Amino acid sequence: MKKIDKKNITIILALILVYTLVKVLTKMEIIDSYLQLNIVLIGINIILAVSLNLITGFTGQFSLGHAAFMSIGAYTSAILTAKLNQPFILSLLISGSIASLSGILIGIPTLRLKGDYLAIATLGFGEIIRVLALNTDYIGGAIGFNDIPQYTNWTWIFLMVVCTVLVVNRFINSYHGRACISIREDEIAAEAMGINTTYYKVMVFAIGAFFAGIAGALYANYFYFIKPDSFGFMKSIDILVIVVFGGMGSISGSIVGAIVLSMISLFLQSIPELRMVIYSVILFIIMVYRPTGLLGKGEFKISKKGAKLNVSISSK
Amino acid sequence: MSVLAVNSLSKNFGGIKAVSDVSLSLEKGEIVGIIGPNGAGKTTFFNLLTGIYTPTSGEIVYNLEKQVTNKDLKPHKTTHYGIARTFQNIRLFQNMTVLDNVLIGFHNGLKYGVVSALFRLPSYHRTEENTYKEAINLLRKFNLFDKKEELAKNLPYGDQRRLEIARALAAKPKILLLDEPAAGMNPKETKELTDLINWIRGAFDLTIILIEHDMSLVMNICEKIFVFDYGYLVAHGNPEEIQSNEKVIKAYLGEEAKEC
Repeated sequence: MKKIDKKNITIILALILVYTLVKVLTKMEIIDSYLQLNIVLIGINIILAVSLNLITGFTGQFSLGHAAFMSIGAYTSAILTAKLNQPFILSLLISGSIASLSGILIGIPTLRLKGDYLAIATLGFGEIIRVLALNTDYIGGAIGFNDIPQYTNWTWIFLMVVCTVLVVNRFINSYHGRACISIREDEIAAEAMGINTTYYKVMVFAIGAFFAGIAGALYANYFYFIKPDSFGFMKSIDILVIVVFGGMGSISGSIVGAIVLSMISLFLQSIPELRMVIYSVILFIIMVYRPTGLLGKGEFKISKKGAKLNVSISSK
Repeated sequence: MSVLAVNSLSKNFGGIKAVSDVSLSLEKGEIVGIIGPNGAGKTTFFNLLTGIYTPTSGEIVYNLEKQVTNKDLKPHKTTHYGIARTFQNIRLFQNMTVLDNVLIGFHNGLKYGVVSALFRLPSYHRTEENTYKEAINLLRKFNLFDKKEELAKNLPYGDQRRLEIARALAAKPKILLLDEPAAGMNPKETKELTDLINWIRGAFDLTIILIEHDMSLVMNICEKIFVFDYGYLVAHGNPEEIQSNEKVIKAYLGEEAKEC
């Protein structure tokens, strides 16, 4: 028990250190507004990747509609903060909840599908949301939604990232999480062991969509302006790339993946002609030499000897 | 009263009659063998018993803690009713550790909600610790304790078979269905498996149904044997009766039965 307390304290101290460091550096203007924007983007990508990892990496449901949940969250928050003048915390929660609700609604019919079929169905869902947003005048249609108040700052991003990682981590380390992993491993056997696979699939869809909705809200309230095309099919692919790059079934992998990939595209900013080429080559190399992603299925541990499987409670 | 009664059960796949008009009943504590040539409908029969397939006609009645008929049978509810099974081609959770595999078996007995998992309430710690202890006990009994941190896919074949049985037992079943537990085992391993099955019947107070091609195993431990051929139940009785049954010899055992 004591060991665990020690570990927790180290993590909390590290988090406080990271938070204050960025805060101080921003105050001293070492981190300029461009870098700040990238930090926010990294944070949003972490939330998206970790929540998609719960669906795709841990539960094994191949979803290509994650950007749609983000879009729902972004538009909900935009309406709430810009049109209805609600406080940001409330709009964050409602955005997450509405995205989560749509996750449940879309999950119940589609999650009976497997593999490629589910991917196509979620892809279709993403397109439906995009087209709906394009054709609804109330939220700006194709022109986009303007004049969203900027509430998102480093503190919000940081809090939400910590919150996402904490929730997903704790969920995975419970018997509910084990059930989800067993669905990925062998659905028939999982069912034979008494796991209601549909229930758990819909549950992870709801949790994943909730955080994607929050990521969308953070996005909308940072950039003043959103348009339907920002949450298209390519955005879903981007998130999936982060998850696969970092390692399917590794939360720390998703975090590292989001940071590394954002850094790469940041550094390649100066050579715009070759940017996507180099980016693709890097992805290609990773997939050839580490097909399971940067961290595979393991987790990054501070104090433990080696990488252990993520679900064992034996470390207690 | 019989634990399991099957009345004129049939299952058709299009024009193929995989199981037709099968009736049988099982007493508590029995070890029952189901034999028959490949494609005779044995595994289909198991899948009907565990709710993976719904019968075309006929009914299945379990008299466990409460009466369960085939209408209530859903695959994910079977362990809840006290029915657990293993699979012909081992279906372990390959990329999970041996310990986690067994922990999954306990799934139905666990009760804390998602909220207490997220906030790590006392019920979370209590349940997880108890389950962990139970799982360790079970692994000790199955001689898998030393390998608890290994991935299931890295275990030798015999251990994988044993782990699958251990995982099924974690669900605390009253009826255990074993689908070809001795497939791919050498005579020594089969002997060990025979002892294991005998032992778990007593230790866990079980009724066991097993599908098997290995006659030494079936004839040794089964009190009753049912013989399937082309979806029909062609014979039933104790091992001696089966060995001398004309129909069985004709359908399946051929010359070998006389040597037994």
